[in-house]
Amino acid sequence: MIRIVKYVLYDILQNRIVIGYTLFLFAVSFGLFNLSGDATKGLVSLLNVVLIVTPLVSIVFATIHFYNASEFIELLAAQPIRRSVIVWSEFIGLAVAMILSILLGLGIPVALFAAGATGLTLVIVAAGLSVAFVSIALLASILTRDKAKGIGVALLLWFYFALLYDALVLFLMFSFADYPLEKAMVAVIALNPIDLARVVVLLQMDISALMGYTGALFREFLGTGWGVGFAVIVLLLWVLVPIGVGVRVFRRKDL
Amino acid sequence: MLESTNLSKSFGKLKALDNVSIRMEAGQAVSFIGPNGSGKTTFLKCLLGLVIPDSGGLTLNGKPILGNWDYRRHIGYMPQIGRYPDNMRVGQVFDMVKEIRRGTFSRLDDDLMQAFEVDKFAHKAMRTLSGGTRQKVSACLAFMFDPDVLILDEPTAGLDPVASEILKEKVLAEKAKGKIVLVTSHILSDLEELTTDVMYIIEGKVQFYQSIEQLKSRTGEDKLNRALARIMQGK
Repeated sequence: MIRIVKYVLYDILQNRIVIGYTLFLFAVSFGLFNLSGDATKGLVSLLNVVLIVTPLVSIVFATIHFYNASEFIELLAAQPIRRSVIVWSEFIGLAVAMILSILLGLGIPVALFAAGATGLTLVIVAAGLSVAFVSIALLASILTRDKAKGIGVALLLWFYFALLYDALVLFLMFSFADYPLEKAMVAVIALNPIDLARVVVLLQMDISALMGYTGALFREFLGTGWGVGFAVIVLLLWVLVPIGVGVRVFRRKDL
Repeated sequence: MLESTNLSKSFGKLKALDNVSIRMEAGQAVSFIGPNGSGKTTFLKCLLGLVIPDSGGLTLNGKPILGNWDYRRHIGYMPQIGRYPDNMRVGQVFDMVKEIRRGTFSRLDDDLMQAFEVDKFAHKAMRTLSGGTRQKVSACLAFMFDPDVLILDEPTAGLDPVASEILKEKVLAEKAKGKIVLVTSHILSDLEELTTDVMYIIEGKVQFYQSIEQLKSRTGEDKLNRALARIMQGK
């Protein structure tokens, strides 16, 4: 597997988009820290940018890369290797590239301006979120044969998780305002990796009080060691389930 | 020995393969003939595991192919349209496939690489290659690992006459070593030179599968193209 990951990574790192993305993250982080003057304020602004940008770039880049690698995948599929090894190699290559971008583009400025538990949480969460969206992207591309359709599906998924989901949750809360929804909200948050990431970082910042009663409940539930463990496991599921399903589908796919 | 039993595959409503049962022994070279879209390439792709059949079985030397991957070490495949990563150089593609297959082959066969003078274009990027040069790369890769089974999908289409002759000689040499060779082509004179048997397939159904000698004596013709024409008119 490592032999193939090497070639996937080599192909990705030649790509200018990854370098551009790293520089963009670096510039934005640097700029936000300088503008806000205060490390915590800078982190909050950065959190909002990171939660929108990293899922978008990860899902779109992974999708385009997977379709562009179709020749490579076909060539490999005729060689004596397992189909699952091909998909896992693509996944690991993409994940490593995205994590590298986050570490360089986000990690360095955070280490310079806001070194500490909160900064570290932000970087780790951003990396986890990127990998989860790479995983979702690969599942969507394996299920969709057509490239244009696949990229459309990737954009729609991002739109759903980044924007639409919150609107739906608000609508839900508004409609059922008379009922005690706080416990259900924890489950609802777990169904969206972006929300999960946001809550985990906000809890670290100790400003969960701003989120009202629900925030207090999160604090009670997610703020403890168990809560962090829960968040990590759910995010891990978001990484492993889509790619796991993708591998199963790909094993029976006609190339 | 390569054997398929009742192999079937549909793409939606289209039946690409319909209960194909054939058997090939070592040293046999089989031509696949049939109109465009008759299921020739689908059959070859089933052998490679690129297409998963709906039903039926495939075995190579008695071991099942379906759901396995290790048997592919015994197969060399030259696709109809070789598709390679655009930004890799020719030399890198060879190095990569060698590295991936490391430990699965006993001997490297670079006869074709020498004959095609691959060194001269090894530094070129794959996307800049002409169709014929790509075919040369595909051919070299198919023969490189000294496989027991050679699957050649339209091997001479796009090759210049010199390269085409080199490739045909190589196929004959490998056949003489007792390998199984499967060739699809629309150039009947090539097939007559290269192969011992003919499988004729229409809409996924095998119409006949017999040796060229039998075919000629049955129709009383001494050329494959005329023998085939005779049979097609007779139906």
